[in-house]
Amino acid sequence: MPTLGEVLEDKQICICAGSGGVGKTTTSAAIATGVAAQGLKVCVLTIDPAKRLADSLGLKELGNEAKRVDPALFEKQGVEMKGELWAMMLDPKQTFDELIARQAPDEESRERVLGNRIYQQISGALAGSQEYMAMEKLFELHTEGDFDLLVLDTPPTRNALDFLDAPKRLTQFIEGKSLRVFMKPTGLAAKVTGRGVSVALSVFKRIVGFDLLADLAEFFNAFSGMVDGFQARAKRVNKLLADPSTCFLVVCGPQGEPIDEAVYFHRKLVEAKLPFGGVIVNKVHYPAEQLRAEVEDLPETLAEKLGDEDLADRVAANFADYQALAERDARNIKHLASELRTKGVIRVPYLDEDVHDLAGLAQINRYLFATGEERVAMAAGLA
Amino acid sequence: MIVTGKGGVGKTTVAVALGLRAASEGKRTIVCEVSAQENASRMFEHTAVGFHEVEMEKNLWSISIDPDESMREYVLLQLKVRAMRDMLFRSRIFNYLAAATPGLKELVTIGKIWELAQLDRKVKKGRKYDLVIVDAPATGHGVGFLQTPRTFASIARVGPIHSQAQTLDRFITDHEHTGTAIVALPEEMPVNESAALERDLVDEVGVAVDRVYLNGLYPERFTKAEAEKLATLAEEENGAARAAARAALSEHGRARSQRAQLSRLRRRVEAPVKTLPFLFEPELGVEAARELSRRLG
Repeated sequence: MPTLGEVLEDKQICICAGSGGVGKTTTSAAIATGVAAQGLKVCVLTIDPAKRLADSLGLKELGNEAKRVDPALFEKQGVEMKGELWAMMLDPKQTFDELIARQAPDEESRERVLGNRIYQQISGALAGSQEYMAMEKLFELHTEGDFDLLVLDTPPTRNALDFLDAPKRLTQFIEGKSLRVFMKPTGLAAKVTGRGVSVALSVFKRIVGFDLLADLAEFFNAFSGMVDGFQARAKRVNKLLADPSTCFLVVCGPQGEPIDEAVYFHRKLVEAKLPFGGVIVNKVHYPAEQLRAEVEDLPETLAEKLGDEDLADRVAANFADYQALAERDARNIKHLASELRTKGVIRVPYLDEDVHDLAGLAQINRYLFATGEERVAMAAGLA
Repeated sequence: MIVTGKGGVGKTTVAVALGLRAASEGKRTIVCEVSAQENASRMFEHTAVGFHEVEMEKNLWSISIDPDESMREYVLLQLKVRAMRDMLFRSRIFNYLAAATPGLKELVTIGKIWELAQLDRKVKKGRKYDLVIVDAPATGHGVGFLQTPRTFASIARVGPIHSQAQTLDRFITDHEHTGTAIVALPEEMPVNESAALERDLVDEVGVAVDRVYLNGLYPERFTKAEAEKLATLAEEENGAARAAARAALSEHGRARSQRAQLSRLRRRVEAPVKTLPFLFEPELGVEAARELSRRLG
């Protein structure tokens, strides 16, 4: 089973994907830190507006420009930083604006798009635009070639899958092929294609209000000069994602639901022919399996050693609770491994302290980059 | 009651627990899911309910709100001429427009929630509910979701959608009838995020935040003196005794750092904070939600 370090060797892009609340941001930051520590120049990108990454890297705030994390901070934590760690938080709206500025044939069309109210909506709010812009920025940074490795923390969608579909949805919308024909104010199309279409349009107008429709028409007209550029770019982004130098890591938690989602997401990755690198399960309760025989008379043993029967009972009951969670985790991970046909499940234990700073990241790192045996040995020292 | 919070904090469990509690008090209650994931019906080990109001228990219904179905239902209520409706649904251009209009899906979803909350429902055989509980999308998208009506009202300046969107915005921001609850976890970042979420909900969306639920709080099983005793034991012993002592110390440590997070949360949010215990159960099913519902208060 390859270690994470081996998986990431020769990779230029690492995308951490998974459903919300499974520790994607922390994992992304830890991976980036780990690779940078080994001597590479790494940038971690997040789209999370919650500033979690900035907090955990000791940065006041992150913007649309990459910022270098102060190497002195790592020293303080006893982490030898041989390379460089950079971080940035994507501003989807700004990235979109920049993209428009680049793609627009002239100033006038640029202003028309940027000033359009539909554009203002989709650039900030349309489901999918965040995801699309994350990939866009990734593509831009990759093209510029300043970094050895880019680590992307994907947006916090409830369903990990949204992330894969988003760019397609958005480009389809921007292309607006079937729509633009009908929207031309004096277009013949409406008449030619018959009554059905014009009635549908008029009904739609009645429901949504004419203004909106006019804005849409204006939007597509303004965009018309850029559609080809967008399509070409989207194609190149897709190609980059499927490239062998890219790898997708699926991040999940040990409970049933996140595991099911990870299985589903992995299947979609395979279907889309995207390079799957491995799966990371966070907050795992490691079981003390080898102790099973001793556990039966544990309350008595403890009572004898502690001289306190009540305390002994509570310690034993607590241990049983932990073991039950550990058994569940082991069961779920076994299921995950067999569904993914992989032995390479990276289990990060549920640490005693919650991870929110560089010290925590350093601790997680030891697990992420260890071999399977090393991990078990480390966890045995835990609980 | 709109249940919000970041992903993985247990929104569905809390939403179902709130539902169970209201139902046990005799209120006719429906739990709405908006992400097509059917986590609520799954908790009841019920088959997927889809866009139907299905009774899970006495007084407790569940529905999964699908935007396409909501749109369809909305149009059915708007257009009385049948031929026109049929034509509309068959029309590719209509379906395209419906899919392409930014925010329309969110808008019709909120529209359906509003519809469920009405006392004179226009939908055929529509039941009257005393309480509608919404398992909202995870934050990041959550605030945007609740803001959709207002954004829409400003984009579409005229027409039925404009007035409908205004109605929905008033519905969401009606402090007397609509409230939100934030679900948080007792960890550093989730506490920060919950405080930020409360600010956004109050300042930007204008909804009332009634309560913050701190979910998954470990019980304080051991005193400090006991922990010291156990630390000695963990050092001296081997095998199961040592592992058990370590597990106890780990529980003690977590319970303590969680208490610190609880006080941070209390300082940083305006709404009253209610704690919910961590349940040491491998799978959180309906019985776990029932257990929590007893402690909601």
